[in-house]
Amino acid sequence: MSTLFSFLFQFGDAFAFLVIASMGLAIIFGMMGVINLAHGEFIMCGAYTTVSLAQLGLPLPLAILGGSITAGLIGMVLERTIIRHLYHRPLDSIVATWGATQGVLIVLGSTMQGVGTPLGSFTVGGFSYSTYRVVLMGIAVLLLVSLYLFFYHTRAGVIARATIQLPRMARATGVDTGKVYTLTFGLGAALAGLAGGLYAPTMTLVPTMGATFMVESFVTVVIGGGDIFLGAAPAAAILAVIRSGMTAWQGQLFGQIGLLITVIIVIRLLPGGLSGWILGGRK
Amino acid sequence: MTRPEVNSDLNRGASLIDATPKQQRNTLALWLSRLEGPQTLGSGRWFWLTLALAVLAAVIYPLFVDGWTVGNTAYFLVWTFMAMGLGVIWGYAGSLSFGQTAFFGLAGYGYGVLTLNFGAAYGFTLLALALSVGLAALLAVVLGYFMFYGRVQGVFIGIVTLSVTLVFQAFMAQTAGPEWAIGAARLNGFNGMSGMPPLTIPWPGGDVLLYADIALYYVLLGLMLVVYLGLRMLLNAPFGNVLVAIRENPERAEMLGYDVRRYQLLGFVLGGALAGLSGVLYTAWGQYITPSSMSITAAALPVIWVAFGGRKDVTATLIGTLVMIFLYQWLTIYGSQYAIVVMGVILVLTVLFAPEGIVLSLMRWISARLASTGGRP
Repeated sequence: MSTLFSFLFQFGDAFAFLVIASMGLAIIFGMMGVINLAHGEFIMCGAYTTVSLAQLGLPLPLAILGGSITAGLIGMVLERTIIRHLYHRPLDSIVATWGATQGVLIVLGSTMQGVGTPLGSFTVGGFSYSTYRVVLMGIAVLLLVSLYLFFYHTRAGVIARATIQLPRMARATGVDTGKVYTLTFGLGAALAGLAGGLYAPTMTLVPTMGATFMVESFVTVVIGGGDIFLGAAPAAAILAVIRSGMTAWQGQLFGQIGLLITVIIVIRLLPGGLSGWILGGRK
Repeated sequence: MTRPEVNSDLNRGASLIDATPKQQRNTLALWLSRLEGPQTLGSGRWFWLTLALAVLAAVIYPLFVDGWTVGNTAYFLVWTFMAMGLGVIWGYAGSLSFGQTAFFGLAGYGYGVLTLNFGAAYGFTLLALALSVGLAALLAVVLGYFMFYGRVQGVFIGIVTLSVTLVFQAFMAQTAGPEWAIGAARLNGFNGMSGMPPLTIPWPGGDVLLYADIALYYVLLGLMLVVYLGLRMLLNAPFGNVLVAIRENPERAEMLGYDVRRYQLLGFVLGGALAGLSGVLYTAWGQYITPSSMSITAAALPVIWVAFGGRKDVTATLIGTLVMIFLYQWLTIYGSQYAIVVMGVILVLTVLFAPEGIVLSLMRWISARLASTGGRP
């Protein structure tokens, strides 16, 4: 029983991490076809803002929200000034997203004292588990559900999807597509900032912490393919099994190596990712 | 962009068969004629005269500066191989690899492990160089097979290769403990390996040790010229034409009967091997290699050089790389950590305003001026 719970906890933890870390990247890639190499910098920006706000005395949830909004605003500025000009050149947009955010590393500067993990812990079968991690799992699910509701059941979400599918048609019906792109990029950046804020209490803050998230989120998006809900979410579930299994067996790093080997094999078999495969099978 | 050679073969028809023995006799002349061609800028007397003058200047350069400066210039040359390899993959074949440092690091560590175990006697360092480059090429074959034969599209190649180099970095960074050793070579985690012998050329009357000094500079200069001219010939050969055809329109290349996957893989392996060559030379140059040579910053630097120079022409890539490495070192000395920010800004400006690359745009402008004045400068 306690072994089962332990595995479920590990799985849930890995799933939550993959979903939260990759959602911002998945939205920007799935909706706009841009691979955002600044993803790590947005995450870091969210984390640093969160910790700074928390140290000023703001309650943690508000601080996390602040981190997310900051990253989102930076994302919107970045889209307006640079990414906008590169939609027809995806390879160049990769390169530019990296180049544009190098300044962030310096502004944020050195290592920062973190805030402790809140909410304490609970015990099952002699093992102690962090309550905050369980909250993160809940947030991951909540995030998926609310993004689904947003994109499929609100007017703004429908307009966003219409713009992505047929930009010229959307423009013809009076949609300001430029604004939609900016907001979508901002949403992706804000989700990355949220990831940073949510995980800030659980890790040490160093300027290179974004890189910790990079591999996991890339792998999830590559395996998932273009669609967020049919791709990234199931990909995160499958990868979470692999990662928690490998981590339990050999440690954190081997979890990452396992993910990498999985992605290399999967792209050979399913080049369109999971969503390409699911959608292709449906035709 | 390229004229499909299928057509020209058809046009020549039966005479092609008669011409075969003659062509064999003239293989050397054929390859030499490919030093100029549609896929590389620069042709005619003025170009080769300029190149010869540049080489001459590079040859007499050590007479005017001290040994340390020459060794430092050799350091610039070390990186050009990785950059030219990336130019082949990204500029000519049209697939952006963001993780050339994976091959760089693997070969660098390979050289370290081999030479720390077997020493430098009997010219073993040269064998270690070949083996390490082979190792990098092997990784490129495996990785490239899964990517290109899975028909992965543009941006994914960038992410997968970047993920590979980041995982390599994370892996090497945690090898601090004594249990992480291959034979006599400790991997040493984040501090990296050091103390391997430099490249050593066996020579009657005492081996020549290529420390970061004048001898290494000349070897690297010669190697760079060979690789540069070799790439010019290869890129103007049918192989290079097919790579460009794939970049311009993969479907059309496929319809013309070329196995797109195989050509992309070959280009990728060539680029991986050249990155590996840089890795070995870097390790041998400074006698150390650390995991940070595979970090995301390290991975981005070659992309910046190539983007700045101009990825679609090997000469522009080479010039751009040398300029950018010099600039980066200069900035690091005077602006410390802001150097990378300046690099980022240069990259963004290049991508926005001179997407072909700054050096390449300049070269195009100069050759247009030359053409308008009837070839006179």
